[in-house]
Amino acid sequence: MLENLRLSFQGIWSHKMRSFLTMLGIIIGIAAIIAIVSTIKGTNKQIEENLIGSGSNNVDVQLYQGDWPYDLSYSSIPQGVPVITDSILQEIQDLDEVESASLYLMRQVYDGVYYQNTALSGGYVYGIDTSYFDTTGLMLQKGRCFVEDDYSAFHKVAILDEDSANAMFEGENPIGKTIEISQQPFIVVGVVTPKEKFEPVINSIEDYYTYSEDTSGKIYVPSSIWPVVYRYDEPQQLVVKATGTDTMTSAGKKSADILNSYLNVSDDTIRYKSEDLLEQAKEIQQLSESTNRMLIWIAGISLLVGGIGVMNIMLVSVTERTSEIGLKKAIGARKTVILGQFLTESAVLTSLGGLFGVIVGVILAEVISKLSATPVAISPTAAIAAVVFSMVIGIVFGLLPSYKAANLDPIVALRHE
Amino acid sequence: MILNLQNIYKNYNQDNLEVPVLKDVSLQVDEGEYVAIMGPSGSGKTTLMNIIGCLDRPTSGTYELAGKTVLDLKDREMSAVRLNSIGFVFQSFQLMPRESALDNVSLPLSYAGVRKKERKERARKALERVGLGDRVGFRPTQLSGGQKQRVAIARAMVNNPRILLADEPTGALDSKSGKQIMELFEKLNEEGVTIVMITHDVNIARHAKRILYIIDGELYDNEEEAKARLTAEEDSDEQERVSEEKPASAEMTGEKEAES
Repeated sequence: MLENLRLSFQGIWSHKMRSFLTMLGIIIGIAAIIAIVSTIKGTNKQIEENLIGSGSNNVDVQLYQGDWPYDLSYSSIPQGVPVITDSILQEIQDLDEVESASLYLMRQVYDGVYYQNTALSGGYVYGIDTSYFDTTGLMLQKGRCFVEDDYSAFHKVAILDEDSANAMFEGENPIGKTIEISQQPFIVVGVVTPKEKFEPVINSIEDYYTYSEDTSGKIYVPSSIWPVVYRYDEPQQLVVKATGTDTMTSAGKKSADILNSYLNVSDDTIRYKSEDLLEQAKEIQQLSESTNRMLIWIAGISLLVGGIGVMNIMLVSVTERTSEIGLKKAIGARKTVILGQFLTESAVLTSLGGLFGVIVGVILAEVISKLSATPVAISPTAAIAAVVFSMVIGIVFGLLPSYKAANLDPIVALRHE
Repeated sequence: MILNLQNIYKNYNQDNLEVPVLKDVSLQVDEGEYVAIMGPSGSGKTTLMNIIGCLDRPTSGTYELAGKTVLDLKDREMSAVRLNSIGFVFQSFQLMPRESALDNVSLPLSYAGVRKKERKERARKALERVGLGDRVGFRPTQLSGGQKQRVAIARAMVNNPRILLADEPTGALDSKSGKQIMELFEKLNEEGVTIVMITHDVNIARHAKRILYIIDGELYDNEEEAKARLTAEEDSDEQERVSEEKPASAEMTGEKEAES
């Protein structure tokens, strides 16, 4: 086998130009496939990144009624939704996929949040515990966080995010200022900002509608003060931080399952549901993939043509080496030895072509990504598969010439000059 | 007895016409013999050699090699016989041009599944035996004709075959190199190697201990008998002298026409 490999490389090297031209079909085919696959994967990665954000791996688990989040602004507090106790929370935090989890209360703001004459329209008010900022990857930009005292003494304090600060204060320093939430005065003590800012890459109007985030602003208050501005016993929501992007879906699903197991509702459309960003990403990915799949088939035709070129050259090679084959058979080489030698040569030729093809394809993918501003994701699996596939092409298209060589009559072959 | 061929007939089918090439050939060779088979172009001597060498099968007849009948063997088993029992030496050397002398000689060993280290060792010994111990790493292109033929002989001998088959071993060599090859054959024969050599050249055949004559597909062990047959065919004899003057090419084309 090793001997065959050595002979193959020797044969290929002694006809450099011819070997290269033969490989060209394979190189082009493999390069095209690698470039397409990398672009598909890059686009997919981008879709995922755009939806999921910059690695905070947060999944919201919210109470739904049917297909829509349970809206407390228009509905009464649902019966049978128990308070999520520390032990239930602990149960969620103990899940393998969950790094941390925090409970919060949330209302969408339609009206009722003001700084002087400026209203915050759209946006959300959150009632949070002390671990919320850690879980969601928010970081204090100025001012202070909530402290234990804020909770126990029911301080009316608020922390803004950058969007709400900009919307209400328009550049003014909000710290120490008083805002109004549902006719209650709250003192702004801090402003938070995400630890890692993430801007989705937007290349088209579709991307804009899909990815552009709600920038209407968020206001955070201690959860203990919540009943003062809204109501007692409002159902809690949950945010979990998954251990990784891959575990987000299962972390969300399992957390929702735990919460649902404690529900005792008469209306069984009321369930906790986790938002599944990966699922959404997949749907969008499938759209972009289906068009690119066609391109792979077209590139596959180039491989077929390349394979036929290899077969042709191998036939020439067999004819050229007829007397060598005759001699080998005369001195005792079995058919399988000759077959193996030519199959190896053919497979080495196409594998080399595949290898060069992968290199060219990677370069091509980089260029495409530079031009179209999408990230590249070179898949090592695809690269290995490409080389293996090239090898298979070599074996398949090498079969006929090798078989011809193996069945040469040594007497006739020896006389061939 | 190492070779025992009885009543060998070989016909070739040419344009739907059965052309007899060998007619009732019987040949016995004992271990340690040195036999030359002489004959003009188209006499069937290469066909006979192909049959002895297990490259071809006769139309009828029996053939025992070292006491075993070989004609009913499968192709695969024939390969094994060629590998282990027969060493071939060809007129045109048939060396792998890009391989060193050592690699050329160790080729049959690799088919026999001998390990690489032992292969090198045995190939080196075989090259020393033919007096090329100092040319081990040389490629055929760096060797003279006589040296190339020595490499080919080393390759033929490396598996310790029962018999060495040589087809015009000096046909492509000048007379001095040819003489050296003949000396090597004599030396190998003295060491106990059985040699069957095919040639059209009387001066070469003379080196063998026994000379057989093949004319028109019939084998004679007596020179007078063969001569009598030959005089009846003056034409072909004259052709023969022409081909002696330019040995290699004329011989080859002559045989091609006769057998293809």
